[in-house]
Amino acid sequence: MLKAKDIKEKYVRSHPSPFCPGCGGGMVLNSLSRAVEKSKLSKDEIVAVSGIGCAAWIPSPHWRVDTLHTTHGRAIAFATGVKLGNQDLEVMVVSGDGDCAGIGGNHLLHGARNNVDMNVFMINNGLYAMTGGQVAPTTEHDEETLTTPYGNPSSSFEAAEVVKAAGAGHVARWTTYHMNELIEEVEKAIETDGFSFIEILTQCPTRTGKKKNMSGLEMLEWYKENTSKDQDTEKIYVGTLSKVDKPELTEQIYRQIKEAGGDPK
Amino acid sequence: MSKDVEINIDRKLCTGCGICIKFCPKDVLDESDDLNQYGNHFAEVVAEEECIVCRRCELYCPDFAIEVEER
Repeated sequence: MLKAKDIKEKYVRSHPSPFCPGCGGGMVLNSLSRAVEKSKLSKDEIVAVSGIGCAAWIPSPHWRVDTLHTTHGRAIAFATGVKLGNQDLEVMVVSGDGDCAGIGGNHLLHGARNNVDMNVFMINNGLYAMTGGQVAPTTEHDEETLTTPYGNPSSSFEAAEVVKAAGAGHVARWTTYHMNELIEEVEKAIETDGFSFIEILTQCPTRTGKKKNMSGLEMLEWYKENTSKDQDTEKIYVGTLSKVDKPELTEQIYRQIKEAGGDPK
Repeated sequence: MSKDVEINIDRKLCTGCGICIKFCPKDVLDESDDLNQYGNHFAEVVAEEECIVCRRCELYCPDFAIEVEER
């Protein structure tokens, strides 16, 4: 069994955590580190790319791997460049829902369509938390936020379903309550040669919690009660949504370079 | 269960979110009377002898504040 002490010494760069009490950001950092430890991947092979937002602080600077902290919404675009530059790297994108599905929505779609070999973790707390809790594309209908005090008039963007439709190789959804399952899914994502997308529903006790009068702990329990591993219920489905074998972009481009007589390295 | 266990909670890291207290299956942890820099109560070990070393607190702690050591 993995010990927190060993994980902390090996994978966590700075203390104390920058996150609010009860935030799921640290739990995601913990699960990513444990999955990397279990998968026998070397830290030197990993490049973590993040955009802007609370979730972007999970890898940069707190995760002890090589990190690239990029502009708002462009993490997947930068990550594609990293992967095309060096095929041997394991590219991990950790991004919030506003960053990934909102501002970087188009990069997300085309990253999935191209099926670039990277692992994208979308930390979904349902709003723009860092800037004060404004409405995001992932905010549920009728939910109150800072900019929708009478409830969100729009419907939420089902990122995992959209990414699945866009053609990603591996799509899943879990919550921070499902730590063991999440770690296993991250391991699967690392093994997958293609675009892996894991939506992680994460509690935000500061922004969502204040509106709903819930603590981080109560939100974790809400996830337990309102999610199901059975797709036929009304509850939020958690589990693998799709796993398909598709041609991977980097391999295709490297093959074409070789066919044209060049050396991709 | 009486395993020889030592549970360390780093007070500089614990934000007092209470997740470990609730998730512990054996009620080993509880809130302390002291407040931390966030105005929350720290987690405190109250029944170390009950610990079964499931390491659930280590897994769920968002701040890497708990370490369970078997002696």
